[in-house]
Amino acid sequence: MNYIIPQSELKIVGTRPVRPDGVDKVTGRATFGADMTLAGMIWGKMLRSPHAHARIISIDTSKALALPGVRAVVTAADFPDIASEEAFVGEGPMNFRDLSRNCLARDKVLYEGHAVAAVAAASQSVAEAALELIDVTYEVLPHVIDVEAAMAAGAPILHEDMFTVGIEPKPTKPSNVAKRVAFAKGDAEAGFREADVIVEGRYTTQPVHQAYIEPHACLAQVAADGQAHIYSSTQGQFMVRAYCAKVLGWEIADIRSYPMEIGGGFGGKTLVYLEPVALALARKAGRPVKMVMTREEVFRASGPTSGAVIEVKLGARRDGTIVAAREVLKYQAGAFAGSPIGPGCMCGFAMYDLPNVDVVGYDVVSNRPKVAAYRAPGAPITSFAVESAMDDLARKLKIDPIALREMNGARDGSKTHYGVTHRDIGFLATLEAARSHPHYSAPLKPGQGRGVACGFWFNIGGESSGAVHVNEDGSISVVSGNPDIGGSRASMAMMAAEVLGVPIEHVRPIVGDTASIGFSHLTGGSRVTFATGMAVTQAAERVVDQLKQRAAQIWEIPPEAVEWKDGKAYPAGLNAGAFEPLTLAQIALKAGRTGGPISSEVTLNAQGAGPGFGCHICDVEVDRETGHVKILRYTAVQDVGKAIHPSYVEGQIQGGAAQGIGWALNEEYIYDKDGKMENAGFLDYRVPVASDLPLIEAVMVEVPNPRHPFGVRGVGEVPIVPPMAAVANAIRAATGLRMPDLPISPPKLRAALDAAAGAKAA
Amino acid sequence: MPHVVFSGSDAGRFTGGRTELEVTATTFRRLVRELDERFPGLGERVEVGMAVAIDGVIYQDAYAAPLAEGSEIVLIPKIGGG
Repeated sequence: MNYIIPQSELKIVGTRPVRPDGVDKVTGRATFGADMTLAGMIWGKMLRSPHAHARIISIDTSKALALPGVRAVVTAADFPDIASEEAFVGEGPMNFRDLSRNCLARDKVLYEGHAVAAVAAASQSVAEAALELIDVTYEVLPHVIDVEAAMAAGAPILHEDMFTVGIEPKPTKPSNVAKRVAFAKGDAEAGFREADVIVEGRYTTQPVHQAYIEPHACLAQVAADGQAHIYSSTQGQFMVRAYCAKVLGWEIADIRSYPMEIGGGFGGKTLVYLEPVALALARKAGRPVKMVMTREEVFRASGPTSGAVIEVKLGARRDGTIVAAREVLKYQAGAFAGSPIGPGCMCGFAMYDLPNVDVVGYDVVSNRPKVAAYRAPGAPITSFAVESAMDDLARKLKIDPIALREMNGARDGSKTHYGVTHRDIGFLATLEAARSHPHYSAPLKPGQGRGVACGFWFNIGGESSGAVHVNEDGSISVVSGNPDIGGSRASMAMMAAEVLGVPIEHVRPIVGDTASIGFSHLTGGSRVTFATGMAVTQAAERVVDQLKQRAAQIWEIPPEAVEWKDGKAYPAGLNAGAFEPLTLAQIALKAGRTGGPISSEVTLNAQGAGPGFGCHICDVEVDRETGHVKILRYTAVQDVGKAIHPSYVEGQIQGGAAQGIGWALNEEYIYDKDGKMENAGFLDYRVPVASDLPLIEAVMVEVPNPRHPFGVRGVGEVPIVPPMAAVANAIRAATGLRMPDLPISPPKLRAALDAAAGAKAA
Repeated sequence: MPHVVFSGSDAGRFTGGRTELEVTATTFRRLVRELDERFPGLGERVEVGMAVAIDGVIYQDAYAAPLAEGSEIVLIPKIGGG
C-alpha cells in the first residue's frame, strides 16, 4: 500500500500527545455507566438462581408486585421466546435464543447466579426487599462443573436438544459436547515416526474473569410511543442496540444507544446482560430504570473465559526441526455453547512452520456462567500448553528456546495448519528483538529462573464509521462509533490531524451514539485503530479535498491548482497564480460562502488486518518455603505494525502481560460440591496489583501492515497470549518442575516442591 | 477454475468430507451461492460463520472479494476477538 504520508515525514503519528480523555478521568468528571442519572429514575435488581442446575417449576411475583414502591417485575414470560438462530454479529457466533435465556432463564437455570426475574422499585433497598418476595419453585437437578466430567458418559445433560456437531454419523443422544472441530496438515503420524525426540504434556487452565474494574451498568428509558434510550458500559453501542432489539422483539430504530465512558471490558462487555431487562422494566414501569451489577454478580453471572484441558505432543529431529505436532483441546463454554475453541485450535501452532499437524477441539457446556470473549479469545489457553511444550522440547534438545523458535518460526510464505499462508508478518523480527534485548542475557542468581514464550493473534477489521467535521473557527471534531477502551480517541485524532496537517490540540475526538454516527462493529478484536482509523483517515482525506476546492473558489482558480500542506492551501505552482496561503481557519470562516459546512463521514468494511506476534521474557524467584512466585523482571516484545500513539501501545502490552501473569499465578473460580462459586470477590479472586509486578518493559517492533495507510496492526490481543507459559517456563527453570496446571498458586507450587523433595529424599 | 480449500472440519458435514474443490465463482458472493447449490446449507454456513483468506489476507463479510485462478483461497472460521 502507498502510505498517504511517507513514514519519515510523519509529524503527529508516532508521537505521544496528552490523552484527550485524561483530564476527565483524573479529576473524576468522566461519566461511566453507573454515573448516569435521569429525572424520575428508579432502580432495577435481578433475582438469581441459588442452584447450579434446576428446572423452574413456577415463579410467583404477586407478593413482590404488592410491595409499596415496586413499579414493575419481569420474567422470561415478558420476552418473546425466540427460536434458535445463530449469527456472527458480535465477537463470535451468537445464538439469540441462548442470549435471551442467559439474560433471563426460561425453563431451566443452568448455573448459580443465572437471572430468573427482575424488579424495578423506587429505591435499591425496596428492590432488594421485593426480590425476597418472589417465590420460585425449583426442581433441583444434578450438575456438572468440570469440562471432562461434562464430556463423560452419564453426565447431567444441560440441553436435551444439543447433539454434537462435527461427528459422523450424527449422534442420536444429546450431549454436553456442542461441537467437535478438527484441523490437519500433512500426516502427523508419519511425522512422529520421523522424530528423534518427542515431548508430550497434559495441561489444564481455569476459567478467569476479565476483571474489569467497572461492573456492568446501564440506565434505560422508554417513552410511551416506544422510543427508547439506553446508556450503558459497553464495548459496542450498536451491539447493545441490535441485541436488545432482538431479545425484546423491537425495531432497531426505536432504540438509541449511548456508550458511556467504560472502565474496562477486555471482551467481557461484548454482550448484553442487564440492558434488555432494564428496557423491559422501564417500559412496564413508565420510568427510567437503572441497573448496576455488584462485583459478586459480575463474577457469578457474567462471562469469564474458558477453562480447558489440553494435550500436546511435539516431535523433532535432533537438529531442532519440528516434524510433527498434535493437540487435543477441550474448552468449557459455560452454560451455553460457544467457547473460543475455533481460534484455540488455530492459534497454538500458528507461529510455526510445521509440516505435519493434527488438532482436534471440543466445545463443552457445563453448569458455569456462559463464557465471554477475553483478549485473543482461546489463544492464551492453547499457547500455555504449546509454549510450555516448546520449552520442554528446547531443554530436551539442548537448544536455546528462542533459537528453537527461530528455527521453526513462521515467516512470509509459511503455510499454517489451518490453510492460510502468512504474509507480511513480523514474527522473526520479534524473536530477534527478544534475543538481542539485554534482559535475555542478564545474569540470574541461584534460585531464579528465566522463561520465554510467544503468542499470535489474527487481528480483525470489519465495519466502521468515522466522521471529520471542520468547525466554524477551523477547529476539528472527529466522531467515531467505537467506545474508547484502549486509546482510540487519541489515535483517531492523531490520524486526522496528520492528514489535515493541523496541531493535535485543535482536534477533538468524540465517541458518537447510535444516532450520531454510522454503524460500527463493536470495539474488540484489536480492530478499532485499524478499521475505524481507516474510516477516519479517509474522511480526513475527503475533507482535505473539500478544503482545496474551497480555496480554489476563493482564489478563482481550478481545484487541481491547489495543494494542501501543513494545514494550509497553497497555489500548486507559478502558473496557479500568486496568492498568500490560506489557513484551515481562514477557509472555514468562508465555508458558508463557498458551499456550506465542510465535513465528511466514511463508512467501510475494512479488510486486510495484519496479524500480530509477541515474545515475552520473564524472570522469577520462587520462595520454596511458601511457594510464592515473585516476578523479578518482565519484558514483552511485540510486532505492533505502526504505533500511532506509542504510550497507548505500551499500555496495551503492559496490561495484557499483567492480566496474563494473574492468569498464570492466582486467578481461578473455586466451586463447592453444590456448584456454587466460593470466591466471587476481589478479596478471594486475586488479580495482580501494582505491588505484585515489576515494571513491564514493552518493546515495540514496527513491521508495518501494508494494507493500512499508516501501517497499523491491532495490538490489544497479542500481549495476553504468552505470559502463562513465560511464567511457567521461568518456574521450570527456577525449580526444575514443570507445572502444567494453572494457576500456579502458592499452595500448588509448595505441594509440588514438597513432593519433589520427598521423592528425592526417598 | 479457482481452487478452494476448507480449513478445518466444519464444512465436512455438508461436503461429505471433501476439503478441497474447484469452483467457477469469481467472487466471494458467487462462491457462497455456488456452494449452496452444490451442497445445500453450506453457503449459509459459510456466510454466517466463515471468512475467506485470499493469498494470506483474511476478508470477513466481503462479497466482492475476488477469487482468481491461481490464488490460494481458504475458507476459515470467522474470527472475533476481545
